[in-house]
Amino acid sequence: MSRSRLTQSNRTGWTMALPGFGLIAVFIILPFLFAFGLSFTNQRLISPNPTEWVGFDNYRQLMGVGVLTLEPERDDAGAVIRDEDGAIEYPRLRGFTRGNPDYAHLDGMREWTSWQWGEDRVVLLARDVVFMKAVVNTLTFVAVVAPVQAGLALVLALLINQRLRGINVFRTIYFMPVVVSIVVVSLLWRFIYDGNDGLLNNLLSAITFGAFEPVDWLGNPDTALPAIMAMSIWQAVGFHMVIWLAGLQTISPTLYEAAEIEGTSRWQTFRYVTWPGLRNTAVLILIVITMQAFALFAQIDVMTGGGPLDSTQTIVFQAVERGYGKQDISGGSTISVLLFLLVLTISLIQRYLTRERN
Amino acid sequence: MATVRLKDIRKRYGATEVIKGIDLEIEDGEFVVFVGPSGCGKSTLLRMIAGLETISDGTLEIGGRVVNEVQPKERGIAMVFQSYAIFPHMTVRENIGFGLTVAKAPKAEKEAAIQEAARILQMEHLLDRRPSQLSGGQRQRVAIGRAITRKPEVFLFDEPLSNLDAALRMDMRMEIGRLHKELKTTMIYVTHDQVEAMTLADKIVVLKDGEVQQVGAPMDLYHNPANLFVAKFLGAPSMNLIEVEVAEARAGAAVVKNPALDPIELPCQIDGLRAGEKLTLGLRPQYLHPSLDPSEGKLHGKVKLTERLGSETVVDLELTDGSPLIAALSEDAVFERGREVSLTFRPEQTHLFKGAPDQT
Ligand SMILES: Nc1ncnc2c1ncn2[C@@H]1O[C@H](COP(=O)(O)OP(=O)(O)OP(=O)(O)O)[C@@H](O)[C@H]1O
Ligand SMILES: [Mg+2]
Repeated sequence: MSRSRLTQSNRTGWTMALPGFGLIAVFIILPFLFAFGLSFTNQRLISPNPTEWVGFDNYRQLMGVGVLTLEPERDDAGAVIRDEDGAIEYPRLRGFTRGNPDYAHLDGMREWTSWQWGEDRVVLLARDVVFMKAVVNTLTFVAVVAPVQAGLALVLALLINQRLRGINVFRTIYFMPVVVSIVVVSLLWRFIYDGNDGLLNNLLSAITFGAFEPVDWLGNPDTALPAIMAMSIWQAVGFHMVIWLAGLQTISPTLYEAAEIEGTSRWQTFRYVTWPGLRNTAVLILIVITMQAFALFAQIDVMTGGGPLDSTQTIVFQAVERGYGKQDISGGSTISVLLFLLVLTISLIQRYLTRERN
Repeated sequence: MATVRLKDIRKRYGATEVIKGIDLEIEDGEFVVFVGPSGCGKSTLLRMIAGLETISDGTLEIGGRVVNEVQPKERGIAMVFQSYAIFPHMTVRENIGFGLTVAKAPKAEKEAAIQEAARILQMEHLLDRRPSQLSGGQRQRVAIGRAITRKPEVFLFDEPLSNLDAALRMDMRMEIGRLHKELKTTMIYVTHDQVEAMTLADKIVVLKDGEVQQVGAPMDLYHNPANLFVAKFLGAPSMNLIEVEVAEARAGAAVVKNPALDPIELPCQIDGLRAGEKLTLGLRPQYLHPSLDPSEGKLHGKVKLTERLGSETVVDLELTDGSPLIAALSEDAVFERGREVSLTFRPEQTHLFKGAPDQT
């Protein structure tokens, strides 16, 4: 009797759920609603001026992009003017983006990137170039890290999932980076990547008998992001390996025996037994990695601070830097809301693509 | 089509030996059933034949070829598992044709084999379903279909019907029997259900603790069990075992008695019997006839319980020495509780075994 009264009472249920629900409400739902509201104002962290409602100004400021095609300067005869090196001369960009009434929609924008189109030069402009770079870097990071980390974790899980003596040692080794704080790992890898006397440079030059020219991995705009990707993949691969392993162990051994009797090759066994059995695990891992990758922050903060030349800016790093570094709370909030929408969209797309087809 | 020959087959896991030297000849086209209690090594033996377990010692021949070191797919066998082991993400068609998919057979050949298997198992209408949309019996049929398309020389079944309910089990049992008649392939079938063993087998192999107890045709084992274990294992309700004392040993016979049994001469093949020696008398419940006349039968007791099943009546008795006894009558009858009865039986339907009953 007492059992049913306790489990059937609505009030008891809510009381039980309250602590967890309360924490989620106070630390996740409420801040999110705050951020959402603040993103429509010009609120600053500390400011003497009253807060004003600015509508979508923050979003416009962050996401404003434009394209401008510059035609070459021509002389009176209509020939293209070139400088001493033979490069084509173009009109100055400032002439279009600073107070030019004919190009009002480009006012205040700066050059993000440009490329040659015949004799013309096409310039991609952004109102907030740093944010755009952060978005591109983050997407690149996700696009590389999600498949590589998931794939590598699967390979490790398949290797580990054998009955061999001492296999537990390998499990422990692969899982070890996961339990170490990401801040500590990032600090250690800063030494590994060091341009002068780093472990990686030493190793590479030892392998190539000194032929390898030392690279300042984190100081070079071309290598900084890939270096951070490599380290991030290494750090969390063990975690996803364990999830894959859990998925592998749910597959009935009899299915493998049935396949063995049919004479499947190793690849066929993987394709017809293992992979179909890992479907749900794969969806989970893909979504978890994607979300983690979008949240990239600690590595950047410790290792590069967004540099060099904004080559490692990321969305979360920008949100934090604006909100607290520059005290622009509304700007930071706007970035958070945009990130939320981005992750939501991608997760829904992934869910749709990996749905159960029957 | 192939014979299977086992010569002193052994299986060891570390120091423990679970199959202790089995010799067995299985003829071409024969239906052989391995029976025995749980843990006796039936599955292990079958899996060694399939190639899923290594053979620690001895030789295994299939179709005259030693296959100890041969891969499962090269042995010409197909196996049906208790848990079906059909692939959940494939349709019935894909499951049945799996072996040919793996072997990269041409589409037309595969489709023909699938249709043939579906026809034999009467499941053409199920081909496009997924396993989750099938009943247990239909799933097991898919597993059998997958085995059929391999065109094996030997079918191996490991308790294929254990996960099915009683009614379905009977249907599937008949289906497997029909399949054997149609395909005429050698089949080895593991079960601990003696009804399956008795109805399906050409030859039963009774196993206990990794050793063969007796090999023979079902009725042979039923009527002439080689030892107490086989006697007790086959038949339902199981055989009554009564401890008796030899009163007099004669050629090919013995006079035995006990406090509930008047001295009676029974056929006996045990050599070197001496008066006073303890033996076990085995009496099948079906061959005991209770009589209300106390002087009619040699065995005496009183009725404890009568179970009426309609076609059969099971009478639970207590003998005058206090030991229990069961009699099964093939008609509906009523016996009052506490009623004194005597039991008649025919001497040629009794079995005498060496030693006391609890030494099994
Ligand atoms: N991998 C193993 N290591 C050690 N012992 C094992 C192993 N596999 C099976 N055994 C032992 O071998 C014996 C036979 O097992 P087996 O599965 O063949 O029994 P079975 O006759 O099929 O029983 P059941 O009717 O319950 O299926 C058992 O005592 C079991 O404990
Ligand atoms: Mg078994």
